[in-house]
Amino acid sequence: MPTNVLYLIEVLANGLMAGVMYSLVALGFVLIFKASGIFNYAQGVMALFAALTLAGIMEGQVPFAHMINAVFGTKIHHFGWHVPALAAIAMTVLVMIAFAWAVQRFVFRHLVGQEPIILFMATIGLAYFLEGVGDLMWGSDIKTLALGLPQGGSRWLEDATAGWGGDDFYGFFIDKLDIVATGVAIVLVASLIAFSQYTKHGRAMRAVADDHQAALSVGISLNFIWILVWSLAGFVALVAGIMWGAKSGVQFSLSLIALKALPVLMLGGFTSIPGAIVGGLIIGMGEKLFEYTFGPMIGGATENWFAYVLALIVLVFRPQGLFGEKIIERV
Amino acid sequence: MTQAAAEPAEKLLEVNNIEVIYNHVILVLKGVSLTVPKGGITALLGGNGAGKTTTLKAISNLLHSERGEVTKGKIEYRGDAIQGLSPEALVKRGVVQVMEGRHCFEHLTVEENLMTGAYTRADGAANIKQDLDLVYEYFPRLQERRKSQAGFISGGEQQMCAIGRAMMSRPETILLDEPSMGLAPQLVEEIFRIVKNLNEKEGVSFLLAEQNTNVALRFAHHGYIMESGRIVMEGPAEELRENPDVKEFYLGVSDEGRKSFRDVRSYRRRKRWLS
Repeated sequence: MPTNVLYLIEVLANGLMAGVMYSLVALGFVLIFKASGIFNYAQGVMALFAALTLAGIMEGQVPFAHMINAVFGTKIHHFGWHVPALAAIAMTVLVMIAFAWAVQRFVFRHLVGQEPIILFMATIGLAYFLEGVGDLMWGSDIKTLALGLPQGGSRWLEDATAGWGGDDFYGFFIDKLDIVATGVAIVLVASLIAFSQYTKHGRAMRAVADDHQAALSVGISLNFIWILVWSLAGFVALVAGIMWGAKSGVQFSLSLIALKALPVLMLGGFTSIPGAIVGGLIIGMGEKLFEYTFGPMIGGATENWFAYVLALIVLVFRPQGLFGEKIIERV
Repeated sequence: MTQAAAEPAEKLLEVNNIEVIYNHVILVLKGVSLTVPKGGITALLGGNGAGKTTTLKAISNLLHSERGEVTKGKIEYRGDAIQGLSPEALVKRGVVQVMEGRHCFEHLTVEENLMTGAYTRADGAANIKQDLDLVYEYFPRLQERRKSQAGFISGGEQQMCAIGRAMMSRPETILLDEPSMGLAPQLVEEIFRIVKNLNEKEGVSFLLAEQNTNVALRFAHHGYIMESGRIVMEGPAEELRENPDVKEFYLGVSDEGRKSFRDVRSYRRRKRWLS
């Protein structure tokens, strides 16, 4: 096989994997937007907060250590134990559920029936609040997530494919972490879809997304469903936080991945779970491919803006996104 | 369940002199009282904006999300005050509302719509399945369309879907808001016949808000007539049907033959039932 084609395949494969990472973030947005019409600006910060919490718990850090020390004059910082990864993940999930409950109880319960823009503003406030709490709880130093996820290029794949091309081809380079992320994303999406299609609460979730009032009238508790949805979004944020955190360390810039999710959402539609996935894949692949083919001609670094331009073009021609819910109108 | 239209039946729902205010300023109900007996169909009649829907929503507690509030009066179900209860708790007690304009979940299939009605139930999948079959028995059309998205079925089918969905919660009382809205006369007839059937065979009590006085009074046992936030008249359905004023204003017939609308309006101004 000609080396060029092989490189192209490698670029596409890497694009797909990068796309999966975008999809993970976009998913959280879709969940909340669908069920409550709230565009959750805080989704990226939730990913950061989840990753921070996970790292903190694993290292046995004392939450709010700085505050406690300042008030009581103590010098505690660590409990002195390490929590195994799985237990720490379970505890982080509990924290995210508590967060979902608090958001519902203290913010959105008081804003029922308000304009979408007001709800959106509330999530902006929430984002900054959560960012501050994250720092206060776990400190602002960069943490590493030592979950034991495989990292680095897959040697096996490289060796297996090295002979396919000419002398200048050394085999496909694909990061093992990306492969794991893809697997996790597939499982996550499959279980989310199964949950919303085949369980009672999933059905109620979709019912709430369709018609709040009617859902209330048949006895569905909006409050419960919203807590459920925010918990799910928190869980998705945790998964995204783990994957991105393992890739680039747990630090403030993690919250900016939310910006990458925006074009994914515009492309895939705000209301479609499959849309978030396919949108992510298209953007991941598109930007890698564009960089590979046209990048050198225009000085490179196209990955920074390509996704946004693509999203803009989609917005012009198909405002509901590629997979956004069609508005059913009977004639 | 025995039919209890004639003898004084057990009171299920009692609304006592309630006042409803929207947005803290707009007074919508000005002292409405009514009772719904067990096993009956009670009709709440009146024109647009008379306050029928608000009355139903005040009972089912759906007012809150529309910034409405019951400021005076009492609402009791089986002797317990229910004003503070959430719609969810009410459904568990057996009071469920079918909202005006049907409000099916458009992107869910008909069967999924029906299943959401069973959300509050905890008596097991087998019982729920049994009730699903029962609903299909009453609404064979829904069975044919069970896999279609509810947004794509006809208006009549949507109304059936909404009533069937309410039935899935095994209710004792259904608050049915304007089932005839936007439907062809034949369909209205069909739906009312099913309502009557549900009432007689399943023993479900109905409180029915309706503009179509003619049909409603033929199927109901008892009627209340509302006008601008007040109940202006009440009585057994047959009596209301024969009442000259009801005939004149709501059934469009009078002893002196048909009148032009303008005459009716001035007549109405002269002759207030309650002023």
